[in-house]
Amino acid sequence: MSILIDKNTRLLVQGITGREGAYHTKQMLEYGTNVVAGTNPGRGGTKTEGVPVFNTVKEAVEKTKANASVIYVPARFAPDSIIEAVDAGIPLVVCITEGIPVKDMVPVYHYVKMKGARLIGPNCPGLITPGESKVGIIPGYILTPGNIGVVSKSGTLTYEVVNALTLKGMGQSTAVGIGGDPIIGTSFIDILELFQNDPNTEKIVMLGEIGGNAEILAAEYVKAHVTKPVYGFIAGQTAPPGKRMGHAGAIISGGEGTAAEKIKAFRDNGIKVGESPAQIADII
Amino acid sequence: MKIHEYQAKQILSRYNIPVQRGEVASSPEEAREIAKTIGGMVVVKAQVHAGGRGKAGGVKLAKTPDEAEEKAQAILGMDIKGSTVRRVLITQAADIAKEFYLGVIIDRGVRGITLMGSSEGGVEIEEVAKTNPEKIIKVTADPFLGLSDFQARELAFGMGIENDKINGFVTIAKELYRAFVENDADILEINPLILNDKGEWQALDAKMVYDDNALYRHKEAEDLRDLGEEEQAEIEARKAGLSYVKLDGDIGCVVNGAGLAMATMDTLLLYGGQPANFLDIGGGAKADKVAAAIRIILSEPKVKAILFNIFGGITRGDDVAKGIIAGLEQVKTDVPIVIRLVGTNSEEGRKILEEANLKSAETLAEAAQKVVNVAKERK
Repeated sequence: MSILIDKNTRLLVQGITGREGAYHTKQMLEYGTNVVAGTNPGRGGTKTEGVPVFNTVKEAVEKTKANASVIYVPARFAPDSIIEAVDAGIPLVVCITEGIPVKDMVPVYHYVKMKGARLIGPNCPGLITPGESKVGIIPGYILTPGNIGVVSKSGTLTYEVVNALTLKGMGQSTAVGIGGDPIIGTSFIDILELFQNDPNTEKIVMLGEIGGNAEILAAEYVKAHVTKPVYGFIAGQTAPPGKRMGHAGAIISGGEGTAAEKIKAFRDNGIKVGESPAQIADII
Repeated sequence: MKIHEYQAKQILSRYNIPVQRGEVASSPEEAREIAKTIGGMVVVKAQVHAGGRGKAGGVKLAKTPDEAEEKAQAILGMDIKGSTVRRVLITQAADIAKEFYLGVIIDRGVRGITLMGSSEGGVEIEEVAKTNPEKIIKVTADPFLGLSDFQARELAFGMGIENDKINGFVTIAKELYRAFVENDADILEINPLILNDKGEWQALDAKMVYDDNALYRHKEAEDLRDLGEEEQAEIEARKAGLSYVKLDGDIGCVVNGAGLAMATMDTLLLYGGQPANFLDIGGGAKADKVAAAIRIILSEPKVKAILFNIFGGITRGDDVAKGIIAGLEQVKTDVPIVIRLVGTNSEEGRKILEEANLKSAETLAEAAQKVVNVAKERK
């Protein structure tokens, strides 16, 4: 058991012929992900890494019954790609692309909700269910099957923590990177709910960072609805106010969104907080 | 990207939002000429990105052109929160009857574009949020339809605007929303938005921040960038495609990934060190980027040591190690460097580093302790 993806996931790669798309398609196939189709408008009828390429998502879904999509197209085209996937009836869309103008995500977010689909990202590393399926760019070998669910805003920070867990012999059910942008399709709370309902997830690790108040809402949700133990870390204690720390969403504005207030919210709501990312494995 | 008040007001004017006559001056003489042209009482306002200009003495009234020159003389060159004032805006003084706040933001909570209005104009909105949160009225534009008139009216009624002023306000609110959307702003605010003694609306001060992700479709905005407001190192980092923020500590950091970069800085703090910067080198850590990163970090003379923390991930550790060594050949330095390399082919990578006599570490904790110690030895 796992959340969102497993061995039945039939993946479509949007932007499969691009440098990133082709490279990660190869990585995902090597991991064992069932990549059934790719798209690139104009390259229909060709193959990339042995995967058939279609001109449109609609056609790809009709011909291959793809039930999930991952997007590697450049920022200026990615919002359209998300809408195309949702419009073709794909229920799970994962957008890896970084740098999408925040305003462009406003109608996209609401369109996805209206259609009842789920969007993960943008600006995220994707997700992985160890031993079954990998969608995105998380290096597969650092994970091992187990019962810890991991949810995070950041890519390499997730790797750091997952690696530490694996080295200590603690496997993962699913690891999800939800993305570091101000407007993302799936929140901490959405994933917490899925982990809470997943019988194979026994413990949950939540990795947040400065900016916004998603972690505070998530901490309140944990107290009210999550019975499984939750462990956390918040990155950015040394971040100065008003400066964007890499991620578009990682900015302390008007004195809000600091690491200190989020760590406090975690502790106040019963989440055990690691002092460093690797220490999370120690406290579990 | 932040822009100055006078630049934001130029944008507002293009959307027919009334602002007072005014022009920007970079010398006291120019200030006098502008004051003479405007005639009557003027305000001399420091143009810096930092807030709190008034409290810092960067905003002064002047009754005559002579006085405008004198005030400009005093304000130009002044330091406001680390920014040197190089320009002043000279505008007509306004007779304020009533002050309001009107701003547009990206609202993460509702995933929308929200307008905020308040009858408490002229003070920072964060301050109002703390002391009188009920005085802030919010409406969120429909994600597909945009801002409707009735929403702008709701805002107006909530702000206590009198009936005969509501139509004027609705026009301003809708135009402000349009300016926000068309220019891809992150924040666009008028504070204060005033009614003057003649009962006319005017934007007295304006603040605007562009969404960096959208700058590719706003070539005109590049002309508004004030390099004088940025750290030299931040300008160079942007050119090199690195995400960099200068901090006050003495340990330079080079990390791949924003979240891990912040976590690395936190780990330094945990072991008694202070980071000199945030730097996300991105995927790959190629020689040219490593060299640029080291050059940028060392441009800050107080840096005593540098920590590299690279999680190989998709990129291979041996390639990263070769990149670091090639980068170090481009920039010779005797500042000690500690490198923590994990992930794919990290053992091969560490071997390459050891052969080049570079200190390497296996865990972040070990690396942080090592770099904190070498930095202390150099004090």
